[in-house]
Amino acid sequence: MASMRDIKRRKSSIQSTQQITKAMKLVSTVKLQKARNRAEATNPYFNYMYKTVSSMLAKSGTIDHPYLRGGQSGKKAVVVITSNRGLAGGYNSNIVKLITGGDFVKEDLDIYAVGGKGVEALSRRGYNIVENASEIMEAPTYSDAAALCNKVLDAFTKGEVGEIYLAYTHFKNTVSQEPKLIKLLPVEIDPAETGDSNVLMNYEPNEEEALNMIIPKYVTSLFYGALVEAVASENGARMQAMDSATSNAEEMISDLSLKYNRARQGSITQELTEIIAGANAIAQ
Amino acid sequence: MAEGNNTFQVEIVTPDRVFYTGSADMIEFNTIDGQIGVYKNHIPMTTVIEPGVVIIHEEDRQKVAAIHAGFAEILGDKVTLLAEVAEWPDEIDLNRAEAARDRAEERISVKAETTDLKRAEFALHKALTRINAAGYK
Repeated sequence: MASMRDIKRRKSSIQSTQQITKAMKLVSTVKLQKARNRAEATNPYFNYMYKTVSSMLAKSGTIDHPYLRGGQSGKKAVVVITSNRGLAGGYNSNIVKLITGGDFVKEDLDIYAVGGKGVEALSRRGYNIVENASEIMEAPTYSDAAALCNKVLDAFTKGEVGEIYLAYTHFKNTVSQEPKLIKLLPVEIDPAETGDSNVLMNYEPNEEEALNMIIPKYVTSLFYGALVEAVASENGARMQAMDSATSNAEEMISDLSLKYNRARQGSITQELTEIIAGANAIAQ
Repeated sequence: MAEGNNTFQVEIVTPDRVFYTGSADMIEFNTIDGQIGVYKNHIPMTTVIEPGVVIIHEEDRQKVAAIHAGFAEILGDKVTLLAEVAEWPDEIDLNRAEAARDRAEERISVKAETTDLKRAEFALHKALTRINAAGYK
């Protein structure tokens, strides 16, 4: 049986860890609120964008445009959104698993990484990281998203990559986040969703040029949406991880308290027995 | 046409917020083919926005905002502007915009080899739009 002092030391160490995890949980709860509001605020923009693009594509099926066809190159660009900080449960490793466990061939991938944890994990596994834009994860803005997007699109128009993917964590709700891999280019739109396109739409200048201008904006909006969602997911995941860490600590502390009390009682009993035995020996 | 209700819905949406929703009699903005004004029952059209001032006319009042880059979807009874950035005049920091204008002008006039002329012009355009819109305060 461990000594009283050992148990006490262990207990106080767990207690201070619990304080940290508790504080982290509170911080991420607040951050989650903010991030969730932001993610919700970007929704209308994205929805309009999606609607416009899908109805455009529904009507311009005959246009042969690189954005719709995909490039010649067998290389693929993947934008990977992870977090800069750890302690968020499986948040980062789930995204990394999407890349390593998918159908991708390592040599064909050009990784555009956002988030230090993803950079670490993927470069350790020997993936080719062409761009590390981790600092934008701290406070993602639309112009940051646009800047990175332009780099990826540049690589696409130059023919360096043939397809563009995006790996991020979809924020379903506070307790559930889902890692997702979506294809940005060539654009794929579910034909079932193009729906009510009865209105005859005119495009100015012409369809092809409008497509040229709008598709990059569409991709950027998807990317920006994913970025703010990822921030919300990160904080959600961390909140959960810290919550379970806190309750785990609680459990350990109560277990140790019990052991400590037992040990204390044991030592008192032992001391008493010794004193009585000593007294008896003197009396005789 | 003058009979009855001549207003239509206007919605300006940016990545960070729904910037404006309301009704209007007429809306003016810049497209890459020049400035246009839209009344109710315009033919359906999608067009690309140039940085510029958007003026929303509603009865006797008008609302002015600066918008940069995006596109507009015009339907008979609804106009949706998807803009990357949109600002009301009182949100614009005039000093900053003027500083940006001066910087952009300098970049264009110096013409160093490293200068990305297109970008400098775009920055100038943006700064001028802001200054222009701030004038409506």
